[in-house]
Amino acid sequence: MTTNIRHKGRTIKSEDGEEKEYVGFATLPNQVHRKSVKKGFDFTLMVAGESGLGKSTLLNSLFLTDLYKDRKLLNAEERINQTVEITKHTVDIEEKGVKLKLTIVDTPGFGDAVNNTECWKPLTDYIDQQFEQYFRDESGLNRKNIQDNRVHCCLYFIPPFGHGLRPMDVQFMKALQDKVNVVPLISKADCLTPTEMRRMKDRVRDEIERFGIKVYQFPECDSDEDEEFKQQDKELKESTPFAVIGSSTVVEARGQRLRGRLYPWGIVEVENQSHCDFVKLRNMLIRTHMHDLKDITCDVHYENYRAQCIQQMTSKLTQDNRVESPIPILPLSTPDVETEKLIKMKDEELRRMQEMLQKMQQQMHEQEL
Amino acid sequence: MASSDVARQMVRKTARPLALSGHVGFDSLPDQLVNKSTNQGFCFNILCIGETGIGKSTLMDTLFNTNFENFESSHFEPKVKLRAQTYDLQESNVRLKLTIVNTVGFGDQMNKQESYQHIVDYIDTQFESYLQEELKIKRSLHNYHDSRIHACLYFIAPSGHSLKSLDLVTMKKLDSKVNIIPVIAKADTISKSELHKFKIKIMSELVSNGVQIYQFPIDDETVAQINTIMNGHLPFAVVGSTEEVNVGNKMVKARQYPWGVVQVENENHCDFVKLREMLICVNMEDLREQTHTRHYELYRRCKLEEMGFKDTDPESKPVSLQQTYEAKRQEFVGELQRREEEMRQQFVQRVKEKEAELKEAERELQSRFEQLKRLHMEERNKLEEKRKTLEDDISSFGKRKAATELLQAQSLNANIKKDKDRKK
Repeated sequence: MTTNIRHKGRTIKSEDGEEKEYVGFATLPNQVHRKSVKKGFDFTLMVAGESGLGKSTLLNSLFLTDLYKDRKLLNAEERINQTVEITKHTVDIEEKGVKLKLTIVDTPGFGDAVNNTECWKPLTDYIDQQFEQYFRDESGLNRKNIQDNRVHCCLYFIPPFGHGLRPMDVQFMKALQDKVNVVPLISKADCLTPTEMRRMKDRVRDEIERFGIKVYQFPECDSDEDEEFKQQDKELKESTPFAVIGSSTVVEARGQRLRGRLYPWGIVEVENQSHCDFVKLRNMLIRTHMHDLKDITCDVHYENYRAQCIQQMTSKLTQDNRVESPIPILPLSTPDVETEKLIKMKDEELRRMQEMLQKMQQQMHEQEL
Repeated sequence: MASSDVARQMVRKTARPLALSGHVGFDSLPDQLVNKSTNQGFCFNILCIGETGIGKSTLMDTLFNTNFENFESSHFEPKVKLRAQTYDLQESNVRLKLTIVNTVGFGDQMNKQESYQHIVDYIDTQFESYLQEELKIKRSLHNYHDSRIHACLYFIAPSGHSLKSLDLVTMKKLDSKVNIIPVIAKADTISKSELHKFKIKIMSELVSNGVQIYQFPIDDETVAQINTIMNGHLPFAVVGSTEEVNVGNKMVKARQYPWGVVQVENENHCDFVKLREMLICVNMEDLREQTHTRHYELYRRCKLEEMGFKDTDPESKPVSLQQTYEAKRQEFVGELQRREEEMRQQFVQRVKEKEAELKEAERELQSRFEQLKRLHMEERNKLEEKRKTLEDDISSFGKRKAATELLQAQSLNANIKKDKDRKK
């Protein structure tokens, strides 16, 4: 946002050359810039996908640090019944005076067990917990130091070894689409030739549409932006889902030292746009759309959660008919539905027993005659 | 049986090696065998297990240098299925009947606990049909189309870390039924150093979990050396491709990337050549033999033991199949008779019970009827009494009425007489 400001001069000349009086609120963007630099930014990114798809390597490449020192990977037999954990890494990085507190929420064990039914439940629970925490903080008395731990973006890694989306991918994205901005990525893109890559992307886009999955959509650019920007934006939208390659090793290629992967048949450069979409992803995620992701999380996903929460609270209040504190300890998700179900079941049973009784009475009556 | 064994041993002991003084000609025996089997044609069955899209069909096409016309399967199969296709190939004058069995939908389901079951069942079915053929009275084993799986190529996804949990579970279930040859699919995603680490990790995981994969045989001196070397390169990292790219001046099978060309038959790039050599050129016959002598025999033994056959009876005397079979049959017939008897008795008992019930009901009804009749009689008697009393009342009333009328008439007469008298 700050890079797109067009600087307006101190004095404004109107068409007939007269100097208008200068009020000065044109410096507001600069003030915002200054204040935000002072305050610092924070961003929470969640990564999800099976192990071995290059998530950690990609994150290391994106943020040019090593987030995963001393990581212990599990063996296959340990993973047969593995449950999904949630781990958080927080790093503070700084660039040109701008501080960013980056939180990476990792999901080791996702999709690794033999039975993966509802393996995304820990993730949705975590996201809901963060929302609930923020909701309580927001409604609290002392709101000075609210920490925003809400998840702003979820990168989902699709394996490139198949023909498109798998049932697990579809179910996962559908479960998370209303809670967080889902950005699907095709991982380990050096496994597909350009033709295969195009086919895969088209396939994935079709399937996303067919299954009605709501992934993160880039905002439409304003009509008064220049053509180059619009062209870039269009290209960006057409190359989703991004096909990424990560690398934490530096290789020599074309006389330079670059991040890449060394193969006997050639060198894959991570930052080469014709090799993969890593640059596009980085630009989108960090350079241009980070704030939009945060905005959508605050304005759409969090508001939805909040509205749902309040609705449940009011219905619970009317049921209980007591005066409670404005915020219950935990917004229960589905107790009403469950008790209703129980009541319905009991009603059915009663009705059935009554019918049986009637029948027996009739029979006795007939016998007596 | 024991006596003939002893006799054979004695014969062997007394068989002394003889030196030939001229050329007899039985050194052509292997050639005769070769001619016979060539005329018969060979048969080979491969099972390919791997996730959808991992490159099973492409690898088969590349290995056998043909186009097997496979179509893409979808990721949304609800259960794992197996698709078998048989082809007739010919090279020089050797005919090969090749059957390729592919898994469909493997690894796509959310709950993969039952995925291996279908594969195991398929392998067992092939063994079973061979066993049935063997046990037939009139059998034609040399004409029989052997559908037992001779080699199982297990495609491991190139994650670069280790085996997946599904891989481990499946291979453990299959290692005693089929020769497993694990391959790393789509190996052009892994760099050389990562590949080395990956292979070591996979082999150590297999060993630590007791999974027995197929080892190339090292007991035959002619191939022992090359087989030992190859055993050290397991699992093979393969790349498959049916497209041809111009490299140098030749058209070779390769995959073209913006950063380079991966040549399938370049040993520096991947282990495809090694796989082809090992699977087809050197060890195909050994695979077939192992399937027959090891896996099939194991299956047969388990199956027959399950059915109750033993080689020796409780007194450790050898028992032939026929005797066991007779014994089994007797047992079975006896069992059948007993069951019949039991059922008959049950039936009789039920009938008795029903009869008793009905009698009871009848009795009850009878007593009820009697009771009702009694009540009825009582009512009637009561009514009779009431009627009598009523009649009595009526008659007495009638009498009284007559009496009062008479009295009234008399008094009237008396009054009229009095009036008459007064008037006079």
